[in-house]
Amino acid sequence: MNRLLSYEEKNTWLHHLSGITKLLFFLIWCFTSALTYDTRVLLVMIAVSVVLYIMSGTRWQQVSTVFGFIMVFMVLNLVAIFIFSPYQGTQIYGTKTVLTAFLPGHAITREELFYLFNVMIKYFTVVPSVFIFMVTTNPSEFAASMNRIGVPYTISYSVALALRYIPDVQSDYRRIRNAQEARGIEMSAKAKLKDRIRRTSSIIFPLLFSAMDHIDVVSNAMELRGFGKKKKRTWYAYRKLEPMDYAVLAATVLFSAAALIITFADGNRFWNPWG
Amino acid sequence: MDKKFGIREVVAIGIGTALFVVLTEVQIPLGFVPNTSLQPRMAVLAFLSAIFGPVVGAIIGLLGHALGDALFYGSVWWSWVFPEAVVGIGIGIFAKKFAVRDGGFDKKNIVLFNVAQVVSNALAWILLAPVLDIFVYAEPANKVFVQGAFAFLGNIIIIGVLGSILLAAYSKIAGQSSSLKKED
Amino acid sequence: MDPIISFKDFSFKYRAQQEPSLTDINLQINPGEKILITGPSGCGKSTLAHCINALNPCSFRGETKGTLLVDGVMPEKEGVFGMSKRVGTVLQDTNGQFIGLTVAEDMAFALENDATPQEEMFHKVDRVADIVDMQHFLHHSPSELSGGQKQRVSMGGVLVDDVKILLFDEPLANLDPATGKTTIALIDDICRQEKVTVIIIEHRLEDVLYRDVDRIVVMNDGRIVADQRPDDLLCTDVLTKIGVREPLYVTAIKHAGCTISPADHPQHIETMNVEPYKEKVRGWFEQTKTPVRENNAPYALEVEDLSFAYNPREPVLQHISLRIRKGEMVSIVGKNGAGKSTLASLILGFYVPQSGMIRLNGKDISPLSVKERGEKIGLVMQSPDQMISKPMIAEEVGLGLAVRGVPADEIEKRVNDTLRICGLYPMRHWPVSALSFGQKKRVSIASILVMNPEIIILDEPTAGQDYRHYTEIMEFLRKLNRELGLTILMITHDMHLMLEYTDRAIVLADGQLLADDTPARILTNEEISNRAYLKKTSLYDLAVKCGIGRPDEFAERFIAFDREHGHADALGSSAESAAEREDRQDSVDA
Repeated sequence: MNRLLSYEEKNTWLHHLSGITKLLFFLIWCFTSALTYDTRVLLVMIAVSVVLYIMSGTRWQQVSTVFGFIMVFMVLNLVAIFIFSPYQGTQIYGTKTVLTAFLPGHAITREELFYLFNVMIKYFTVVPSVFIFMVTTNPSEFAASMNRIGVPYTISYSVALALRYIPDVQSDYRRIRNAQEARGIEMSAKAKLKDRIRRTSSIIFPLLFSAMDHIDVVSNAMELRGFGKKKKRTWYAYRKLEPMDYAVLAATVLFSAAALIITFADGNRFWNPWG
Repeated sequence: MDKKFGIREVVAIGIGTALFVVLTEVQIPLGFVPNTSLQPRMAVLAFLSAIFGPVVGAIIGLLGHALGDALFYGSVWWSWVFPEAVVGIGIGIFAKKFAVRDGGFDKKNIVLFNVAQVVSNALAWILLAPVLDIFVYAEPANKVFVQGAFAFLGNIIIIGVLGSILLAAYSKIAGQSSSLKKED
Repeated sequence: MDPIISFKDFSFKYRAQQEPSLTDINLQINPGEKILITGPSGCGKSTLAHCINALNPCSFRGETKGTLLVDGVMPEKEGVFGMSKRVGTVLQDTNGQFIGLTVAEDMAFALENDATPQEEMFHKVDRVADIVDMQHFLHHSPSELSGGQKQRVSMGGVLVDDVKILLFDEPLANLDPATGKTTIALIDDICRQEKVTVIIIEHRLEDVLYRDVDRIVVMNDGRIVADQRPDDLLCTDVLTKIGVREPLYVTAIKHAGCTISPADHPQHIETMNVEPYKEKVRGWFEQTKTPVRENNAPYALEVEDLSFAYNPREPVLQHISLRIRKGEMVSIVGKNGAGKSTLASLILGFYVPQSGMIRLNGKDISPLSVKERGEKIGLVMQSPDQMISKPMIAEEVGLGLAVRGVPADEIEKRVNDTLRICGLYPMRHWPVSALSFGQKKRVSIASILVMNPEIIILDEPTAGQDYRHYTEIMEFLRKLNRELGLTILMITHDMHLMLEYTDRAIVLADGQLLADDTPARILTNEEISNRAYLKKTSLYDLAVKCGIGRPDEFAERFIAFDREHGHADALGSSAESAAEREDRQDSVDA
């Protein structure tokens, strides 16, 4: 039923890390992976990600649907890159080694394939870290630690509220969609674009407007219980950063720095196996 | 309640983000370009920005896009997360003028809303997203600009049609007229 | 002793309203008292509560006159935050009040906002969780909890603040009868043990009176019309006059021609002295006839050996078989999670059953799509707001036809016909938002009726409605049933609805069919009632105490009699328009 990624309580060292440690790790990891096209670095990152993923004890069923989506997206993106820019690899690596002619203006080159390979493995460096972050981070503790690193508590709390209400909104959405479908308003039906937008609006309309009412109810409930009355607020779910958190953060920063130094040692972000 | 960033805004971000995330799964396909189809969630973002202002709009955009991507697709395409905030801000700065909750969303405001959304979508998807794609991810320029253009097109259509309908309807509801008469 | 709450010549008018919503309120409540404030929707009881916790006039603007002192301070000056330390409010919408991601966090919410150190929070939350008996659920998320459990969390969430006054706004509105009973018991225990003053706003009088209250304050049209001990109040006709339902046994004794005396303690049927009334009640029973209802129409809907599960290890429905005849009005009852909604979803085709068959007019409907089934079986959701997707009434009602490509002139004709049946024709050009809740409900029913379905399924048609609105909605459905021969299935846990409006009740428990019988027989059977989280009706106790051997017959005869003689009060036309006026006020409040 539920194909969304969601937190699952478990007893691994990754679960014990603070949410903020994992967020920072995740951001730095994404950032590093985005910047580097150094195949050696990327391969090491994949290895690290996979090891961490295994350590997190995440079951395959938890992530398999989402993984399927990523694969589709990735393939589409790779194809698009090839269609739009069949010689991107040549531009980057400076050589053109044609393997087959394929289509006019779209010869398959060794350089393009290598470039696409790099784009592909970038996905695999990031995906496990997203899984780990989503599946091992306790949302409550996460909002609390966001506040502690300087995000205003109002914003931190809206993150907590978003996570609190996603399941509610999702079940509302499903119920409304079902009931409208029974009235004959199907979103999936083959129809003109205009009609499809109109049908979608028949589902979004009640969903959105009952959400607007809900905003009022929740605001009142929060005000009645004193939200926002002080400059500071404490958090029931807050956990202090442990030595392990600092160790992980330090390791992440060092790793990222090393990765970037190695990557940019030759002046650009690409690693050229033929140069 | 009249404070600039009050409880209502906090809740609007929370529930608005939840809506945005849930509606990620609702897509009206437009063409065979990856990551581009009509996204009704954009209309919801525009709607909430027009009512609650630029800060709420920006955060729903950022948070909603990042969370939605992570939850549904298991990866976060950061170069497309930040432009989302631009859309929220671009529409949100006119929130006072729209006065949606006071029933003020008239024809003039529909025009203003659409000008604002087209301009901010242009900034976001034709300029910012492709540039970030090139600088951050080193993707081929022509591909990302075409993608950006498609996203721009899809978003202005869905916001222009669905967003305008939703706002006009809500404005009618929120600012009730008292001149209703029963007819025979 | 000084009163903890004291209203003196107090009036309140919302900024957007012409007339004051509260007029000349004089009310003293002493520390430790347990007060029930009752009255029909829009009588001002919620407005009064909002004045105590300062939502009026601090959040909902308005003007006050006279004085109001709560725990020695003026709420208006103290503000919502200030009052939250003194008055704990438990809202009707317990899901809306559940803000935290887990039980513990939600209970700690007020403490967090007060920047309480974490250690102290752990301690207080543990203590409060003990009081409301949620200590084993501390790390559960709201989606894993039942309505009753969420309400306990809400109570815990206000108790952490060591408040002196607990304010309950319609605590029973969203609960099944058995859970409601537990809630009332818990409120009573908290009141005694924690020595707090308790104010309960509720129109379900009989359910609140399950435990003693000190006084009942009755409101109507913004004024206090009675302020009496329950034993005294139940002997008057104040309640019936303003459209609040008395306990059924009280009505029954009155129907038998008796005048009840406070000395016999009518507050609880269990402890009431019925000796003086026995003869008359028995005599009334002998004279009254059991209504004969026969329906030999062919079956409209047959469900045969239906089973369903999301995953094979946790079956949701097991081997359900039932048959509904054309023109029947049937209730489907059982506690939350018993499988009622799943059954409806299977009939409508949202889910596909693992095994079994569903037949409509004798034909298997498994090949039909959701849309095709929707033309014959209509679904009306609990909240009309979740169904209505067009701003204008006529457009909304015609939507189902428009998407099926029916020509415009035919749509207009059918929409107008349907609106006439539903009494909405004069308002056809209105925006939906201008309607009261009951009218919106009718719009959502009209939007289904317009497609000429043979069966309609309603999910909790009367949840959260007071007696007047309940009667309005149900009489409307009965009219459709009688005049159009519509077969009506209702998912409900409202026992009155079962008893008064349905010929048959289908009881589900833990995914299995527990009973399929007349409501009177089910509600006088203790074992079935308990397993279905219903409550045995007080008519049963009355019958037994009066020495009537057939309590189910007694219940049946009472309902038939009451239907003929009692309902006029609740449907008085002036009363209805008052309700609608007040409804609009409620929407202004929000």
